[in-house]
Amino acid sequence: MRAPLAAAIAIAVGSIVLAGYFFPLQLLKDVQALLIGWGVILTGVAALVGIFNLVGVHWRKMSAPTESDVYSPLLILAFLVTFVAGLILTPAGAQFQKVVTFIQAPVEMSMLALLAISLAYACLRLLQRRKTTLSLVFLISALVFLIIGSGYLSALYQIAGLSDLYGLLTRLPLAGSRGILIGIGLGSLTAGLRILMGFDRPYSG
Amino acid sequence: MMLSIGFGLVALCTGLMLFFTLTRSRRARVGLRVIPAFTRLGKAIGLAVEEGKRLHVTIGKASILDTSFATALSGLSALSRVAQISIISDRPPLATSGEGALAVLSQDTLRAAYRAANVMEQYDPDRGRLAGATPFAYIAGAIPIIRDENVAANLLVGNFGGEVALLCEAADNEKSFTLAASDSLEAQAVLYASAEQPLIGEELFAIPAYLQAGAIYQDSLRAQDVIRWLVVGVLVVGVLLNLISGLLGAPLL
Repeated sequence: MRAPLAAAIAIAVGSIVLAGYFFPLQLLKDVQALLIGWGVILTGVAALVGIFNLVGVHWRKMSAPTESDVYSPLLILAFLVTFVAGLILTPAGAQFQKVVTFIQAPVEMSMLALLAISLAYACLRLLQRRKTTLSLVFLISALVFLIIGSGYLSALYQIAGLSDLYGLLTRLPLAGSRGILIGIGLGSLTAGLRILMGFDRPYSG
Repeated sequence: MMLSIGFGLVALCTGLMLFFTLTRSRRARVGLRVIPAFTRLGKAIGLAVEEGKRLHVTIGKASILDTSFATALSGLSALSRVAQISIISDRPPLATSGEGALAVLSQDTLRAAYRAANVMEQYDPDRGRLAGATPFAYIAGAIPIIRDENVAANLLVGNFGGEVALLCEAADNEKSFTLAASDSLEAQAVLYASAEQPLIGEELFAIPAYLQAGAIYQDSLRAQDVIRWLVVGVLVVGVLLNLISGLLGAPLL
């Protein structure tokens, strides 16, 4: 068996946390809270490890003798400036928040604008890429809900017959999304149980 | 009441998975239904290995403490299988993620695949990368990988937001294959329009089974199917009872 100690710890911790949700024992609840607390700390440490890995990758790309990446020095510079500013001003500080508001937010908004154009183009190309009935239904429903969501036709929904149709149309996506979410929930359940039973081990130990 | 239903569901699912696992050898082999996306994925992986091009697996941005982390587990299983298949390629697979813990786990998964193949000297931890720490930074960090790393096929499996469409567009521009799946409804809608081969709903959790990552994945798919039909049955009976009680004007239960 690969990594028996790691597997035993994962199974034990997972089982205790799961049992904490189903059995109202104070001791179980306390242990569950403690384990989740440790999980939060580990997640924070892993985030730090991931960020240093990101900087390390770009450092090596920057100093590569051939095909060095032109954007890597920018990333490292931005990282160092943000890191030092965060240490001096603290992340919750008003000055640091201004950096986020005036630099990061506009950059992300620009990407969002790019996304809108990219999605419109993808929708236009959908029928070219996949000529299926489902694609057609997808495009028609996207258009219908775009019109409904825009609110331009809100006056029409006061009319007796149309208000019922409007009610039906707004409930349709709810039913569909519930069906998809039930499937996702069942998939998540089996994925979690595979870990708890030790069949699936996304760690090598 | 809700806790009892939840506990019952967990117990039933555990029982079914154990039953299908223990009776595996006695049952006649039943194949999985054909999903064209997986057929295309198999071909794309084969072509990538033959052409000496890279496979890119990106496993989303789910935190280890989120309920959506199960999607990342599916992505990690897919990564493990893809690594096993393409380890002999001139350009080994590359994994990206948008969360620190996932980056660590993807490195660990790749290391396990190299160790199993007895080629640990070829393992490079930089092939399991954190592309960015925020959703947009993650996407912005993954786009250059698709563009510059000679990627032939992309496997997008995990928790994404609508911004994942930018990854699909980058892959489209590079004429590389994309199979994409997410648990988020928003991302699924976006992926349906932008990905070459999108997967909807629980098909995400079938990826390891279709990649033949192990018999346990097929057993859990069977358990999932049984419970799904059970849930469908309960929903239909509930709707019928509700309808009849509405017609009669009195509650049936």
